[in-house]
Amino acid sequence: MTDENKQGQSNGISRREFLKNSGLVVGGVVGGGLLGGIFTQNFGGTADAPDTVDEETETDSPEQLTQARMFFKRQEDFDVLSAAVERIFPEDDAGPGAISLAIPYFIDKQLAGEYGFNSREYMEGPFYEGAPTQGPQTGLLRRGAFLYGIRMMQNIAENEYDESFFDLEPEVQDEILEQFEEGEVEMTGIMSDEFFQMFRMATLEGAYSDPVYGGNLNMDGWRQIQYPGSQMAYIDVIEEEEFVDMDPVSLHDHHE
Amino acid sequence: MVTELPRKEVAIIGVGWSGGIIASELTKAGIEVVGLERGGERTVDDFIMQKDELRYAVRYDLMQDLSKETITFRNDRDMRSLPMRQMGSFLLGTDLGGAGVHWNGQCPRFLPYDFEIRSQTVDRYGEEKIPDDMTLQDWGISYDEMEEHFARFDETIGTSGEDNEMTAPRSTEFPTPPMKETPAIRLFKETASDFGLHPYHGASANLSEAYTNPDGQTIQQCQYCSFCERFGCDYQAKSDPIITVIPTAKETGNFELRTHANVRRISYDGERTDGVYFVDTRTGEEFFQPADIVILTAYVMNNTRLLLHSEIGTPYDPDTQTGVIGKNYCYQIMANAQGFFDRQFNLYAGAGALAGQVDDYNGDNFDHSDLDFIHGGTIQLTQTGIRPINTNPVPPGTKQWGSEFKQAKAQYFYRTLSLGSQGASMPYRYNFLDLDPTYTDNFGDPLLRMTYNFTEQDRNLAAHQTQRMAEIMEEMGANEVVANPDIGDYNIMPYQTTHNTGGVIMGGDSETSAVNNYLQMWDCENLFVVGASAFAHNSGYNPTPTVGALSYRAAEGIKDYYENPGPLA
Ligand SMILES: Cc1cc2nc3c(=O)[nH]c(=O)nc-3n(C[C@H](O)[C@H](O)[C@H](O)COP(=O)(O)OP(=O)(O)OC[C@H]3O[C@@H](n4cnc5c(N)ncnc54)[C@H](O)[C@@H]3O)c2cc1C
Ligand code: SF4
Repeated sequence: MTDENKQGQSNGISRREFLKNSGLVVGGVVGGGLLGGIFTQNFGGTADAPDTVDEETETDSPEQLTQARMFFKRQEDFDVLSAAVERIFPEDDAGPGAISLAIPYFIDKQLAGEYGFNSREYMEGPFYEGAPTQGPQTGLLRRGAFLYGIRMMQNIAENEYDESFFDLEPEVQDEILEQFEEGEVEMTGIMSDEFFQMFRMATLEGAYSDPVYGGNLNMDGWRQIQYPGSQMAYIDVIEEEEFVDMDPVSLHDHHE
Repeated sequence: MVTELPRKEVAIIGVGWSGGIIASELTKAGIEVVGLERGGERTVDDFIMQKDELRYAVRYDLMQDLSKETITFRNDRDMRSLPMRQMGSFLLGTDLGGAGVHWNGQCPRFLPYDFEIRSQTVDRYGEEKIPDDMTLQDWGISYDEMEEHFARFDETIGTSGEDNEMTAPRSTEFPTPPMKETPAIRLFKETASDFGLHPYHGASANLSEAYTNPDGQTIQQCQYCSFCERFGCDYQAKSDPIITVIPTAKETGNFELRTHANVRRISYDGERTDGVYFVDTRTGEEFFQPADIVILTAYVMNNTRLLLHSEIGTPYDPDTQTGVIGKNYCYQIMANAQGFFDRQFNLYAGAGALAGQVDDYNGDNFDHSDLDFIHGGTIQLTQTGIRPINTNPVPPGTKQWGSEFKQAKAQYFYRTLSLGSQGASMPYRYNFLDLDPTYTDNFGDPLLRMTYNFTEQDRNLAAHQTQRMAEIMEEMGANEVVANPDIGDYNIMPYQTTHNTGGVIMGGDSETSAVNNYLQMWDCENLFVVGASAFAHNSGYNPTPTVGALSYRAAEGIKDYYENPGPLA
């Protein structure tokens, strides 16, 4: 049911291609930034990291041209994000997981825009911690909250397990995520359970929103729950007794 | 600097259903009207790419921009009021047509009992049935007087539906027949019948067939496309103001529409108004629009806020129980029961107002002698069409993420049915609206402050409805039923319903109400305040047909006032 080839395409390639195409000749001691990152991480991430490079890929598919980072500046943040969303929405018998669905790119794109800036929300002070019935009261923008939360995941991984979050076993990654879910991680300006709920929701949005936003790649998020997407009409189905399964369509079909 | 515009006979503040109906009625009578709408222009062409859950249902593209203006909230007076920073519990409309563009279109009428609720409760159960702090009052009008106005609203929108012995009596047939029936709705109705209840197909503004209204506006047939509530209809099949009353007003040539016009204050000299101050939100330019008559139709929040901010009428004080502006804010007491089934239903298909329902436990349709609450609520199985971001039904105890969640969602997405009760909301002395002392909008004007929590009455009502629904769901054949009778404290975040009411209530005298039964202000005879703000309590139903009926009634009153100025009641 899933498209196996999609696996691994969503990450890693750009760095590799970039290096290949840059024609850079590097000598001497390599510091931070691009080169440091590339050489110390062996530019594909480790073999266990979710973003393994597909060696077969020669040319970029149209989707891949929209897959680069608009918000996350550091590769490491993006790798933690990718590993964490894959735990929220893992590849399994039910179908492809977060990475195959390009959910990390979806979240990156969302954070770069209105969503990341909380543009249509009331963000004037004074800020006070509210009662649970009063809704979110943080002055932290989502883009800040995501960076903060993701780096906390990495900190916990490094401090408690001596490894990067994305190199940990899935069970251990889950334990860290559970600490967030339970509100056990000390954070300032936002509670870790509040962050976790936002993180979980963003992942589900990436799985189930129209592919126009960069997630739900190939509508595979919809396929695994038999969701038919944005069909024009159901007037012929509405009275049917039996379940009617249909191939999904997306907004692309509504666009001339 | 404030630019003064040429005088108009009538200025309307806010152009949704309320403002649109009044604009159409007055302009048809030859009266010159300007409509001032804070949001932008909107036409059906805006809805061609509407089948986008993330944009409309999750990011609220069609709704109020809270960065500019919101409300503040606290459960009680001991709590610090804080801004509603994100939308959740209710979704405020903006732009031409207001919330009427992205509503579901469920169109029930309030019951005769509602309009005379205090008298009828006392008659049947005695004075002591009404708790001390329940500020229950009659509306100053009877259902019989309202009926013709309900009929007008039904004709305008083409309501699809069928009669039922538990609903309000009608003088006219439904303009169009009921919508189609689905297997899930049929299952609910058959089961409800087995319980001796009286199920029927809900009244709907998603039309079962194409219809042309008396003003010559056509509404098309619903396609059950499922992108309905929170979305504008791309088929012109959901009656809304921008395909009915607003074009009707425009066609008369007497309607000037001014969008991006945010009204900040109503001018008032202690007796009358002579116009309104507004800002063009594109330029920041300030204007004064002089008018002989002003109609405030800016929804519950801004109807109340603009009166308080303009110092018109006496603000309500819960300590002394004097004053009226901000009094009797009510909501809707939602309850539900979820059932998990073996079989799949085609739940991706649906429409905003496609529902089977029963009213046996609504109003005073059942005996309350031995119950610890009054009123009740409609019970519905609504098939709006589920969408995958916001619909995540998994049995209790399922982990909310990871493989367990993912597999459970795939299993239960089409195997879960839900019954919902829209419970009536009774007014309470300490549930009220006033101005916030701290937080302001982008012009620096104080935000509206909501002080609200559920009461004993509400909790008992919700528990009763939950119990009834759980019994029905069980009988419907669910393997597992989830029904929590405890509604807890009112929380501003989870979506419940956009059925806010009260604040500028109608009634028989100026001591206990803000407007008379033509929605004319007792304290300002050339100002009419129209909308659900006039409800003295909220019934166990959706509000808009009652808002529409009151708008038609107010329009009659305004036309009379235009001919013969003076108090109408
Ligand atoms: C998702 C959703 C589903 C709903 N479903 C149903 C349903 O099924 N059945 C039902 O009966 N009801 C339903 N409702 C409620 C229904 O939409 C409202 O009752 C109805 O639209 C109210 O109409 P109104 O004209 O009084 O107010 P609104 O539609 O809110 O219009 C008020 C207008 O005033 C404008 N305004 C506000 N302040 C100012 C200002 N200062 N200056 C200028 N303009 C201003 C606003 O921009 C807006 O356009 C639903 C609402 C929502 C959000
Ligand atoms: S369900 Fe019907 S009324 Fe609602 S948006 Fe779709 S076609 Fe329009």
